[in-house]
Amino acid sequence: MTVQEFAEMQNLTILTEADLTRDIGGGYCGDLLSWVMSRAQSDDCWFTVMGNVNAIAVSVLADCACIVLCENAPLDEDAKKKAEQQGVNVLSSSQNAFALASALGAVL
Amino acid sequence: MSLIELHYDVPGDDFTRAGEASGDVKRQLKQLGFDPAKIRNVVIALYEGEINMVIHAGGGEIDVSIDPDCIRMVLRDQGPGIPDVALAMQEGYSTAPDNVRALGFGAGMGLPNIKKYTNDMQIETEIGVGTTMYLRVDV
Repeated sequence: MTVQEFAEMQNLTILTEADLTRDIGGGYCGDLLSWVMSRAQSDDCWFTVMGNVNAIAVSVLADCACIVLCENAPLDEDAKKKAEQQGVNVLSSSQNAFALASALGAVL
Repeated sequence: MSLIELHYDVPGDDFTRAGEASGDVKRQLKQLGFDPAKIRNVVIALYEGEINMVIHAGGGEIDVSIDPDCIRMVLRDQGPGIPDVALAMQEGYSTAPDNVRALGFGAGMGLPNIKKYTNDMQIETEIGVGTTMYLRVDV
């Protein structure tokens, strides 16, 4: 499933668009950045409420397919700029991480 | 002399710039065709080191040496030093302040992650003088 397909399926709002054709290989939920960085896998869809510049850096280093900000958590303005510079897909949803991860798990 | 030698200055108390060195090293290693799994190990260790410098030491310097068989990193700061290295190496132990935790850091995973993702890790630290970490990832 691509990022675009998951976005359409769950009615996600696209906040930054880098490569929406990228395939999602799995999912990871977490907000502690060091924890996520060491455990999220390449091509994971990362569900979090952390919308700061460091979350963008972690996504790049862990090579996540996209970040989904859950429960309408905001994306900071400088994080948006960094995501655009670094080519990170950032999406947003009113749903919580459990609901989104369950939906993704059902189709992977 | 290594194949490629890189130097970075890490500014203190600037979380917006933390990760610049790791990101640049990642790009360079990717261009050189290193195994993505090994690149990941290098950049996770390096990013944790950068964040530690920003949180605890008011910044520092990083030198990276790239060779065909290993990547060596030296992270040097003039921060307060680590009073108890063994304690700091324990997963979950953290001295990060609340404002840093609010950003998603301070889980007490920094040094344990660095150890986990490197083949060799040496720490030299002196209270009031600073800390130098020598890291090696075999590729």
